[in-house]
Amino acid sequence: MRSSYTDKPAILSAAYSPRSGEYAESTDSGEDYATGNPKGIPVRMSDALHEGNSLRHSWLHLRRRGPSTAAAFASRTTPPLRMTVFLLRRSVQLILLTLAVFTLLGAGDESARVNDLGHRMMCVCGCNQILLECNHVGCAYSERMRGELIAAVDRGDNDDLTLQGFVQKYGTTVMAAPTKTGFNRVAWIMPYLVLVIGIGTVVLIIGVWKDRGGNGEGSGGVGGNGSGGPGSGPKFEHFRNQARKDTET
Amino acid sequence: MSQIGSFALLLALALCAYSFLAGILGLVIKGPGAGRLSETARRAGIASFAIVFLAAVVLVVAAFQNDFSIAYIFHHSNRDLPAPYKFATLWSGQEGSLLFWALLLSAYGLVLRLRYKTDVRLFAYASVIIAAVQVFFLLLLNFAANPFGVMQGALPADGNGLNPLLQYPEMVIHPPMLYLGYVGFTVPFAFALAALIMRYPGEKWIQITRRWTMVTWGFLTCGVFLGAHWAYSVLGWGGYWGWDPVENASLMPWLTGTAFLHSVMMQEKRGMLKTWNMWLIFSTFMLSIFGTFLTRSGVVSSVHAFAQSSIGDWFVAFLAIIFVTCLFFYIKNRSHLRTEHKLESLISRESSFLFNNLLLLVACFTVLWGTLFPVLSEWVQGTKVTVGPPFFNRVNIPVALLLLLLTAVGPLLAWRRTSLESLRRNFMWPAIGALTTGVLLVALGIRPWKDASYFYSLMTIMLSALVALTVISEFVRGGRVIGRHTGQNLFASMVQLAHRNTRRYGGYIVHFGVIVIMIGFAGSVFNQDKEQEMGFGDKMTIGAYTLVCQSYTQDDNPNYGSEWAVMNVFKGGKQIATLNPERRFYKASQQTSTMVANRSTPQEDLYVVYEGQNLDTGRPIIKVHLNPLVMWIWIGVWIIIAGTVVALIPNAVTIRVSAPARMRTEPVGAGD
Repeated sequence: MRSSYTDKPAILSAAYSPRSGEYAESTDSGEDYATGNPKGIPVRMSDALHEGNSLRHSWLHLRRRGPSTAAAFASRTTPPLRMTVFLLRRSVQLILLTLAVFTLLGAGDESARVNDLGHRMMCVCGCNQILLECNHVGCAYSERMRGELIAAVDRGDNDDLTLQGFVQKYGTTVMAAPTKTGFNRVAWIMPYLVLVIGIGTVVLIIGVWKDRGGNGEGSGGVGGNGSGGPGSGPKFEHFRNQARKDTET
Repeated sequence: MSQIGSFALLLALALCAYSFLAGILGLVIKGPGAGRLSETARRAGIASFAIVFLAAVVLVVAAFQNDFSIAYIFHHSNRDLPAPYKFATLWSGQEGSLLFWALLLSAYGLVLRLRYKTDVRLFAYASVIIAAVQVFFLLLLNFAANPFGVMQGALPADGNGLNPLLQYPEMVIHPPMLYLGYVGFTVPFAFALAALIMRYPGEKWIQITRRWTMVTWGFLTCGVFLGAHWAYSVLGWGGYWGWDPVENASLMPWLTGTAFLHSVMMQEKRGMLKTWNMWLIFSTFMLSIFGTFLTRSGVVSSVHAFAQSSIGDWFVAFLAIIFVTCLFFYIKNRSHLRTEHKLESLISRESSFLFNNLLLLVACFTVLWGTLFPVLSEWVQGTKVTVGPPFFNRVNIPVALLLLLLTAVGPLLAWRRTSLESLRRNFMWPAIGALTTGVLLVALGIRPWKDASYFYSLMTIMLSALVALTVISEFVRGGRVIGRHTGQNLFASMVQLAHRNTRRYGGYIVHFGVIVIMIGFAGSVFNQDKEQEMGFGDKMTIGAYTLVCQSYTQDDNPNYGSEWAVMNVFKGGKQIATLNPERRFYKASQQTSTMVANRSTPQEDLYVVYEGQNLDTGRPIIKVHLNPLVMWIWIGVWIIIAGTVVALIPNAVTIRVSAPARMRTEPVGAGD
């Protein structure tokens, strides 16, 4: 069902020697001496790691800089802060490594591909369910579609070809999510665009507010000169503070 | 019967129209008569509840009396329908559910109009706005979707029966909960608009509506998750959330309502985000109406949707009127909404609320965008596309993870500004705890590099641990201080702490419930399922369980015929349960339905579905799902309910502090 290497990937970080820039004898389960790769990691992934220079260099970069920076920090920071920085750096390294490795890995065996592709398509019987989750006994479509999917994967069709075949046969609604082509791209872009614009706006607002000063010297005004809205001004501030004290002890 | 119901609806419309018009006149005109006019408007609003209630009672009685002369009863009930479902007939179809909407709205209006002495003028304005919404629904009920329409021709002997999927206990409580949530947002909306129209000074309207909003939010939360539980138990596909348009419709106001509950604190405490909050509650109400529109218009296809009808146009018009009204009064009175304070630091509670609101709204936008994109696509390209779970999961899960991170960090930030040192001091141990959790999970076998879903699952659990540890540390730290001063044990001190600021600590409990739910969601990555034809004595193994088919049994009652399997479940060689997945055939509607057999434990659900018989071989097909951590979701909902109840309890004003200890008292739990 799943890839064979998944049982022992924890050794990945330990197996790489930053000093030599190569995979060395690992601390845990060691390396597979027949292939020269760390045990539990298939040739394909290992090759990918070796070919991924940017990954290797960034990893090397982090490891080499790590101790010296930490030592420098140790000389000029308090112990708890040093520890925090150390932990944060290690966390960042761990996350980066996890992300990098995770990105490099592809789908595994055929059943995993069937599972993956089957969850990217809908049953077209009108039940609005994912193809592999359609549970209608006697459904006129799902059994046949599953058979076609398995046949396509057995034939060695790649993912795009397989999905394209289904789209041609059953129409665009067979895809469980919009494709990343043409106008459908807009479906994927918009949420991220809104997120980015939103973050930018919030950061901008915070910056503008901070620049204007700390306490109400902005558009509203707290001077009690009528420039602010009702409920503003020192008198209301006093009552608000009083109310806060009364309700929060 | 139908005449009584129809007349009641007409009378209710007249009363609400009077309440609306007289209410406006009472507020606009000057002079001694204005007060009396407003009072008659208020009383007409109260009377409308009695009349709408009468209409609803008539419909329920008609269902119990099998009065098939009423078309609605014919289409949604039958003679042999069990009594609870006959009662549920009220909200099982288009027209009845609209009547139910009107009933709940008039009930909320009743409570509001009875409590008018809190602030007579503000409540008068709010009452007029609620009357306007009532008029819309009563217009619909009288002229577009009358539940008392009569059958043409000969009287049928029996009805079509209730949809089999709706014949499940949750369906008796899920819709009322959901509707209480949907409809309930009318009240804070009415107060917000009223405050804007009359340029109401200060933030008192927020304090007045705080409990309304929280209760409404609580109902909506219950409604959403009862729906998820119903889907899990009835639909038989092994999941609880399918990103169906109707599910999405309930989620959208929940997201904006959640954002409102957070950002409104900034207005109360610091006089900020007034315009934002105003539009947030306007949007929440409009999304509630939009959700009702989605369910009923046939714009999007959904297994939950009511039959396609023309009432979609009514909703579009109503939404347009609401938007224009809100925009008009906002433009007219926007100077009233000027902020009183400015943000002083990026690392502050205020900025965390800003980002919290941003993420909730992005999630809401994604849901709205994904729900409507098929319509947009058809309009632009001429072809409809499907926007299903892969889209929503890919976009919303990272947003949810960021929200979890903010849930952990936000409570540790102080209002106005927080020093980095303070943040580090409060955050270090929870962060170490979360990282340790992550390492342990990897050691236990979660491989984040294996698949994106595994990565998300690991991050969800790590961030949940982070939130849990910050919440616990907040309770323990505050409890210790109180304990030092009062001599109470830690638990009693924490209870007292929560009682001193119920809103803050109730909120923490709600956060705790949310992370329990998130952990439940994270478990779905490890779902397994297996399908097999199983005859007598056949075995199926999934995970640590072995299922042995003992027999198949049939039964029959007036409402449905059923067939179920008797499956013995073994674990570690010992029999631990017998499960009876069932398949029913409802006679009136001539439809089949599954009844899932589920052995639920905190670790995992063993979820067994009897899918029917293979048409070729005649052998029964059993599908088994092994779904880890699902029970956590339902437990999390109970924790959220408990937290909401705590937050609704008034703060304890006084605290028992011994005289010497009083000298050393330091502020604990101040600020939300």
